[in-house]
Amino acid sequence: MSLQSLDIMRLSATTTPPPQARSPQSGEVAKLIDVSKCIGCKACQTACMEWNDLRQEPGECHGTYDNPTDLTENAWTVMKFTEYDNEATGNLEWLIRKDGCMHCADPGCLKACPSPGAIVQYTNGIVDFHEENCVGCGYCVTGCPFNVPRISKKDHKAYKCTLCSDRVAVGREPACVTTCPTGAIMFGTKKAMKDQAAERIKDLNERGFKEAGLYDPEGVGGTHVMYVLHHADKPSLYANLPDAPTISPMVSLWKGVSKPLAMFALGAAALGSLFHYITKGPNEVSKELEDEMDAKGVGASPKQKNEEMTP
Amino acid sequence: MRRNPNDLQRYSASERLNHWVVGICFILLALSGLAFFHPAFFPLTMLFGGGPWTRILHPYIGVVMFVFFLVMFFRFAKLNVIEDRDIEWLKNVNKMVDGDDHDMPEQGKYNGGQKVLFWGLGLGMLVLIVSGVMMWRAWLNLPVTAVRIASVLHAVAAVWMIGLIIMHVYAAIWTRGTIRAMLYGTVTRAWAKQHHRGWYRKMTGDNS
Repeated sequence: MSLQSLDIMRLSATTTPPPQARSPQSGEVAKLIDVSKCIGCKACQTACMEWNDLRQEPGECHGTYDNPTDLTENAWTVMKFTEYDNEATGNLEWLIRKDGCMHCADPGCLKACPSPGAIVQYTNGIVDFHEENCVGCGYCVTGCPFNVPRISKKDHKAYKCTLCSDRVAVGREPACVTTCPTGAIMFGTKKAMKDQAAERIKDLNERGFKEAGLYDPEGVGGTHVMYVLHHADKPSLYANLPDAPTISPMVSLWKGVSKPLAMFALGAAALGSLFHYITKGPNEVSKELEDEMDAKGVGASPKQKNEEMTP
Repeated sequence: MRRNPNDLQRYSASERLNHWVVGICFILLALSGLAFFHPAFFPLTMLFGGGPWTRILHPYIGVVMFVFFLVMFFRFAKLNVIEDRDIEWLKNVNKMVDGDDHDMPEQGKYNGGQKVLFWGLGLGMLVLIVSGVMMWRAWLNLPVTAVRIASVLHAVAAVWMIGLIIMHVYAAIWTRGTIRAMLYGTVTRAWAKQHHRGWYRKMTGDNS
């Protein structure tokens, strides 16, 4: 399932081009989650569990509908319910968001990953983890602006939504899309999904949601999971969806310029040392001092001298 | 190897052992750390049994290095207090680098360069252990911002440390008669008088 697919746009910790002879002629894919159509039934969560054969151990009830309360290595998508008291309208709004990997065009996880081929980005835009190459360092967690990857306590490998890359590879849509009873989750080319969103947003605008819009954040180069939000001006209302996600400058510094610069500096130090040695020669103890010590009778030991003379 | 009874003892066996435990840990840490720092070095993980093993071992080796470094640090800290003559030595370091060390200021057991190295390594070690523990996901799960800052500092301190050690190793190779001090503890009197005259006087009572 990895390199044989010949359609890898980016491979973690790899400085040469991965196999990318194939690219989807119809364009990149995207999942569109229309939050305004979601009824919070969690069929998508169940479909994800079924298709990917995942079972999350039952946890605690926190007095909300969130169940489980957060993403885990066994729960790649989770519905998050927010009660929002809209002061402008006086309405109590129930904002429901399907949380999971956003499949960034510029993935922070991939940038931070030190292991070649543990994280791949297919030419269709899907960002996938190949756990066989994962070393379990957690750098992907550090790189992600959306707080998505989870490290399993059992095998110390990172897991997240694959956008059902196995289904998409054979021309099917992700399991959550297939199962959504209200059509709130859609799947197609990124362009088709944007067109779809535009129509839906127009509709929402007409129905009084002035700030309705598409969540496809520029800071990560856009995402391959997009939301239609009624309050697109305030994404953080939806269970802390980042308003303007970007890869942390710390991660960019660490995994960006510092890598070649540091290697250059260390290489220069090593090479500089060698060149110093061959130009200036070794720093020997002066003959003068050695003779002085010999004169004092504390230089090279008499025994050693004898040995030198009698081979 | 036979030794001249007139040679001067510079390091005890225990000090040498301490130094080499730290040195071996450093080499293992640099190799495994570089493997995770730049893709070009990822194959170094093979020396440790593959990626996951390298990830598991690196922090434990780090803790061992920190403990032994700490012992060494306290052993040598007093001898590395920077004095006026060290500053004078450092001001003339370009002469030293140029290979002309004849009129360098007299030095005690350690010269200015060694003292700066000592404190530089101490600082690097401190940053490395603190930031390294912060990144240690097998035991901790700190807020992501803290881990991000720690990751940058860890990398910076590591490069700093490797750079200093390159200098340290080179200085030992360059200055003939030095490596034996760390292998079997002694140096010749001539070596001591040339490089560490103050220490030579103290050890021999020879004030010439």
